[in-house]
Amino acid sequence: MSILIDKNTKVMTQGMTGKVGQFHTANCKAYANGANCFVAGVTPNKGGQNFEGIPIYNSVAEAKAQSGATVSVIYVPPAYAAAAIDEAVEADLDLVICITEGIPVHDMLRTRYKMQGKRTLLIGPNCPGLITPDEIKIGIMPGHIHRKGRIGVVSRSGTLTYEAVGQLTSLGLGQSSCVGIGGDPINGLKHLDVMKLFNDDPDTDAVIMVGEIGGSDEEECARWIKDNMRKPVVGFIAGVTAPPGKRMGHAGAIISGGQGGADAKLAVMEECGIHITRNPAEMGRVMRKVLKA
Amino acid sequence: MKIHEYQGKEILRQFGVHTPRGMACFSVDEAVAAAQQLGGAVWVVKAQIHAGGRGKGGGVKVARSPEEVRDAARQILGMHLVTHQTGAEGQVVRRLLIEEGAQIAKEFYLGMVIDRSTQRVALLASSEGGMEIEQVAAHSPEKIHTARIDPVAGLDAVEAAQVAREIGIPDAAIEGAVAVLQGLYRAFVEKDAMLAEINPLVLTADGRVLALDAKFNFDSNALYRHPEVVALRDLDEEDPAEIEASKFDLSYISLDGDIGCLVNGAGLAMATMDIIKLYGGNPANFLDVGGGASKEKVTEAFKLMLHNPKLKAILVNIFGGIMKCDVIAEGVVAAAREVHLSVPLVVRLEGTNVELGKKILAESGLPIISGNDMADAAQKVVAAARGE
Repeated sequence: MSILIDKNTKVMTQGMTGKVGQFHTANCKAYANGANCFVAGVTPNKGGQNFEGIPIYNSVAEAKAQSGATVSVIYVPPAYAAAAIDEAVEADLDLVICITEGIPVHDMLRTRYKMQGKRTLLIGPNCPGLITPDEIKIGIMPGHIHRKGRIGVVSRSGTLTYEAVGQLTSLGLGQSSCVGIGGDPINGLKHLDVMKLFNDDPDTDAVIMVGEIGGSDEEECARWIKDNMRKPVVGFIAGVTAPPGKRMGHAGAIISGGQGGADAKLAVMEECGIHITRNPAEMGRVMRKVLKA
Repeated sequence: MKIHEYQGKEILRQFGVHTPRGMACFSVDEAVAAAQQLGGAVWVVKAQIHAGGRGKGGGVKVARSPEEVRDAARQILGMHLVTHQTGAEGQVVRRLLIEEGAQIAKEFYLGMVIDRSTQRVALLASSEGGMEIEQVAAHSPEKIHTARIDPVAGLDAVEAAQVAREIGIPDAAIEGAVAVLQGLYRAFVEKDAMLAEINPLVLTADGRVLALDAKFNFDSNALYRHPEVVALRDLDEEDPAEIEASKFDLSYISLDGDIGCLVNGAGLAMATMDIIKLYGGNPANFLDVGGGASKEKVTEAFKLMLHNPKLKAILVNIFGGIMKCDVIAEGVVAAAREVHLSVPLVVRLEGTNVELGKKILAESGLPIISGNDMADAAQKVVAAARGE
């Protein structure tokens, strides 16, 4: 088992004819069961063409009807990405993963508003995607660093997630699913939503939660964990040394008005029983220690 | 992206918000001429820098004659204005705003931010004007009234009037306050702002509602559709290293330590700074080279770090995904040669094509210190910076 996606998931790529969309769709198709999972692409006005044998449709609705895909991954440029999410939501897909970085915040506010009451889940934007090792990879992460196993990973970052995964794999600890929820201030699934899924997944034994400065999602997740989580959680927050008022690369990584600092997040997480580490090189080893205890 | 107060007020006026009449000036003579043109008996001379807390730092003065305007302008123009937001060296004042004085009866606070947890624009209003909202939030949070705005309906007049009443605006001035609130909201949305503040918003002795200050911060991801906002950018207010970095699509932030870091990915870049600190060192910068770093980008990144006279060592920390380790290794070697690297360089590579990458570094003949993992690399760079 796993969360959100598995080897039977059928995926369409929105923005498949662009350079980025082609590159990553080819990589995802080559990973594990990808050749059976990536069944459609969407690019307006390019319906009827194909990319590496994957048929392209003019719209999400058409791609869903023709291919049976219920999940989409978006590589559309930032100015059009929010509209691409809207289209996937209107087509009533199960899950949309938006990789695109740099979508205006006000666009995402309107898109999230339209998603109220709809069943479609959103991961991202500005995220690496998600992977269930040895089954399916949807996104831009390097597949080969993963190994099938029973640790869940949820993170706001890209390469820092790879760092956590790399540490786990080198210690022989495989992963059930790894989810990058993205570094933007307005996004879809949050740490808390993914944590609930891991809690209910019979094939996940423990979770690594990687957060960063900005907002209060990690604190909200920590408080839920304290009362509800049945599995150990290891936590790290990036940005203890980040100065206030400066946007640290990710649009959402900013300490503003005295809110969102890393120390405060770590304190709440520790209080709530999360096994925190202040050393990003120790995430894997802390997990191994927790599992042996 | 931030702008000056006088530019913010210009935007507010476009959306029907009243402000005192004023003029931006770049010299003492211009300031005096502006005061004479504005007329009246009282003027306010205001330093225009992007940082807040200007009044406390001596950057805002009231003048009661053109001579006093001249004296105030002389004192403020060119000064290194130090506020709680500028750092100890302060910010040089190059622009002034000369405004007609206002007869203030009461001061209020208005702010708009993107509220992440509710995913709405949040309006913050308070009877405690002129103070920092963080202070009010800490000491008397009950005095901050918050409304979360429906993005489709916008801020309607009924809701705006209710907020105005809650902060104690008298009935006679409600109409004026509603115009300010609705104007501020429309400006916030239409200009793609991330933060807007009017502090203070004032009620004048004759019952008008005026924005006495204006602060905006715009979403840099939306600037492509606002050339009129981009035109307001003042490069003098930004860190030259950060401006240079942005030309090469590098995300760079200067810090006060002596160990340069070059990393791919924002989260890993922050974690790299953190681990340097954890092992007793001090990071000199945040630097994210992004997902597709070319040799040129890496070279520019090295140049940026080396501009810092305090720099004692560099740590390159790359987790290769899309970015292959051999490509980055070639970039590092070429960059180190081109800039004649004079400080110790520690490189940690992991991920795609890592063995190939390490081989390129080892065979380069350059004195590159190899880090086995993040902890090892951080310890080595801290030791190198200490001259060990």
